[in-house]
Amino acid sequence: MTGILLLEQALNGLQFGLMLFLLASGLTLVFGIMDMINLAHGALYMVGAFLTAWLVQLTQSFWLGVVLAVMLTAVVGMLLEATLLRTLYARDHLSQVLATFALILIINESVRMIWGSDLALSMPQALSGPVELLPGLRYPSYRLVIIAVGLVIALMLYLLVTQTRMGAWVRAGASNREMAMAMGINIRRLFTGVFGIGAALCAVAGAMLGPLLAVQVGMGENILILAFVVIVIGGIGSVWGAFVGAILVGFVDTLGRTLLPLLFREIFSPQFASAAGPAVASIAVYLLMAVVLFVRPQGLFSGR
Amino acid sequence: MGSLNHKTPLWIWGLVLAAAIALPLFLHARDMDFYVSMLSRMMIYGIAACSLNLILGYGGLVSFGHAAFVGIGAYTVGILITEGFTNGWAGFAIAMGLSALAAAIIGAISLRTRGVYFIMITLAFAQMIYYLVNSIKAYGGDEGLSIKQRSDFGFGLDLKNDVTFYFLVLFVLVLTLVLISRIMHSRFGRVIQAIRDDDVRVDAIGFASYRYKWVLFVIAGTLGGLAGALMVNHQNYVSPNLMHWTQSGILMVMVILGGVGTLTGGLWGALVLLILEDVLAEYTLHWQFYVGWFLLAVVLLAPKGLAGLFRRQAASVTTGGAA
Amino acid sequence: MRFPVIKSLLTVSTLAALACAPALAADKVKIGFVSTLSGPSAALGVDIRDAFMLAVKLNGGKLGGLPADVSISDDQFKPDVGKQLFERYVKRDKVDFLTGVVFSNIMLAGLPEAVSAKTIYLSPNAAPSPIAGAQCTPYFFAVSWPNDAYHEAAGQYATNLKVKSAYLLAPNYQAGKDSLAGFKRFYKGNVSGEVYTKLGQLDYSAELAEIRAAKPEVVYTFLPGGMGINFIKQFMAAGLNKDTRLIQPGFGADQDVIRAVGNDMLGVFDTSHWGLDLPNEANKKFVAEFEKEYKRLPTLYAAQGYDTALLIDAAVRAANGKIEDKEAMIKTLKTVKFNSVRGDFRFNTNQYPIQNYYLREIVKDGQGRLVNRIVGQPILANHGDAYVKDCPMK
Repeated sequence: MTGILLLEQALNGLQFGLMLFLLASGLTLVFGIMDMINLAHGALYMVGAFLTAWLVQLTQSFWLGVVLAVMLTAVVGMLLEATLLRTLYARDHLSQVLATFALILIINESVRMIWGSDLALSMPQALSGPVELLPGLRYPSYRLVIIAVGLVIALMLYLLVTQTRMGAWVRAGASNREMAMAMGINIRRLFTGVFGIGAALCAVAGAMLGPLLAVQVGMGENILILAFVVIVIGGIGSVWGAFVGAILVGFVDTLGRTLLPLLFREIFSPQFASAAGPAVASIAVYLLMAVVLFVRPQGLFSGR
Repeated sequence: MGSLNHKTPLWIWGLVLAAAIALPLFLHARDMDFYVSMLSRMMIYGIAACSLNLILGYGGLVSFGHAAFVGIGAYTVGILITEGFTNGWAGFAIAMGLSALAAAIIGAISLRTRGVYFIMITLAFAQMIYYLVNSIKAYGGDEGLSIKQRSDFGFGLDLKNDVTFYFLVLFVLVLTLVLISRIMHSRFGRVIQAIRDDDVRVDAIGFASYRYKWVLFVIAGTLGGLAGALMVNHQNYVSPNLMHWTQSGILMVMVILGGVGTLTGGLWGALVLLILEDVLAEYTLHWQFYVGWFLLAVVLLAPKGLAGLFRRQAASVTTGGAA
Repeated sequence: MRFPVIKSLLTVSTLAALACAPALAADKVKIGFVSTLSGPSAALGVDIRDAFMLAVKLNGGKLGGLPADVSISDDQFKPDVGKQLFERYVKRDKVDFLTGVVFSNIMLAGLPEAVSAKTIYLSPNAAPSPIAGAQCTPYFFAVSWPNDAYHEAAGQYATNLKVKSAYLLAPNYQAGKDSLAGFKRFYKGNVSGEVYTKLGQLDYSAELAEIRAAKPEVVYTFLPGGMGINFIKQFMAAGLNKDTRLIQPGFGADQDVIRAVGNDMLGVFDTSHWGLDLPNEANKKFVAEFEKEYKRLPTLYAAQGYDTALLIDAAVRAANGKIEDKEAMIKTLKTVKFNSVRGDFRFNTNQYPIQNYYLREIVKDGQGRLVNRIVGQPILANHGDAYVKDCPMK
């Protein structure tokens, strides 16, 4: 078990974690401030990926396609919020679950009707090769770009939330909505704005991950669950919590997927090890969440 | 006090039951056993949904991991049959026992949390069980497990016969509904509903709300396992997908659709959703689109679910009536 | 209390409406076609379907002289959906033949339905080892190849190259296990790693890191459809093609993958029972017509779908349209001659094919397109499978 392997896996974990953060941050804000369970958050991630794939084809430029797709998804998100989701804030969680579940079905099929079940998206030619980080470690340059993008956006979000006035409104709304309204904050526009930002973040994640995973209908469902786990670990309403939670989950999941099968392979047959390893690694993430909830029920850094 | 103030007259129940008994015979006479099988499947989902409604509707506990109990019941019977133990009585009993055990453990831990954390913890447990079962290659792993025959209950009952199987399912469904009705009419049931409305107050009066919730959770899990045992028999197949969180979501949708906190809400939700799916799937590949709009309409226009549409709203603050 | 009455009336009337199904139709061949038509691996099912329907079309919409009624459904890459579709086709629609499934796990979930309803299933792709051996059934015909075959050929190729260390990777399902078992059966060198990934997994960063650490001479993977496309793209992105040689079974190197990956595929070697350039008349016609109709080159999946239709056509014709007699139909299918696009075709006693397997290389054709070209003599000629001795059928 070499250091190179460990380092490469650590980078993979960081990359995955950062993308999870993009999804989780939007989700935690929506949940924290609007107190709304939004199961359709993963669908926005998917819409972002599809729009990227489509626009990249149209414009023949990867980065232009990404930027346009992100903006378009933000608009879609804000429209969704202003028309439908707004009516759900006052409703109970169960109604929100049902409504956003219905939304997943509608959005999935709409995408399928417009573009089909999947769309090809390739990473830019310039980034499709490796970069020699260390002798013997050639790491895909595209993944390095993802890590860079993730870190930059994390920094921007941090600045937004802590240094700007909007950020202050967001934090106020997260800790006490009524008081915030009483203080004169235009909650309606704030919510729409927050939702739009959340949708944009989803789109960035979808666009970045699209070339690595496949852009396909239903891609949101799997990652949505992990995003929920992240915000529960990190603390609902806290962007910093979403960051820490996402990195943690990214590392535990990726390193778990490598280390555990390796360990198991020493003891068991290859088929068992390859089945049990990833299974236990997946469970590890949930165990992590259960432990955190046990020790600190409101999450690591609760926003409230 | 909600649930059971407006009792449906017994003759209506009799009529429904008579129709339910006559239907498969009618279909069989027209050589349409396929539809009998389809009805059985819907009733099985109905049992699962009603068991969820027990904790969701009556108990106010939003469990996102209920499909795990259905899966445990299904896999238990599936594995037993694969290993040669085809006795239905024993198989079903063990399946329910294991589901009860799982519910006891999961409930004991989860019920210490509340609100969205309860939702997430039940979800986490369900996912853990899903991944665990997925890794057991001996019994199919994520390819699933096919069984060669159905459970054997003796008395010359051949469950391979669609009509016979239908009647077994109907029997279990009726028993389940009677059981749930009895529970909620009892003193236990009244305490549960009081807990749903305000458990702090209930604790203050002297009832250990945690213990009541736990018992309810175990009962619901057991009934879920029963549904699972029926399901693996019906499909001659079980796969870990049965326990995926999206399946729990579908059960929840059925409950909310049919009417949270009503006796037969789960059943109607299951029937409507599954019939809608099957009918629409004949006409278009994009049936999920239409189902989605339908569900959305229900949420926005019929807040109490479909059950609420057909009932005059009770004046009381507590939710929904009974069927 | 109107509520339950209305509900029951609704239910009954819906079912009654459904129940007014058309009466049994007169002479035609009813075919239930279940395949993966959505998701990352949809290209495979789409190819099989397109080729099958092309054969029917070229035959004037008939099979064996009878009008063909083909009902097509999508299994969505889910075994339970596939199973339900099989059940509907055999129980409600009472089809004469079932076909179409790409993936072994879905086929294995649905096959019991076909067998218990005594409906013949002709596989244009998935043909796992248990059904070739101890669990063989007269209701299953593999019109493609035994699952192991391509991998045995690849293993033989690696042996011919005197490879010392090979790293193996496949998804954790029946066909995946078959694949690596097949490779190892004919590969005489050392196996430096054997990894089973999750079926449908798309991110191979973890596995690629391990391959880099293991430094094998050859990497052999069986990853059909979207899985293979992603793996190869990521393999190239990680620069591993400079460190090690990638050998593929035909599944990982045909037109669907070439279209998605592009020029990086040049020079890859793979094994298959069929190639675009096989020199028989049926194949020349098939390739030309497919390209004319669909504006793309066919894959080996398409070739298999086409052959399945040709087989049904020949068998129904030989039975003079008497398709209700299942036993006679099975005997006919086993022995009837038809002009397969792969050249010679015959069934073994377990109803799996005996045929040649070739080495192919990806090169540029006259029009600058990347295509597979058959290289040299067949690696394995007139090759059956290792499981036929376990099958009691004669």
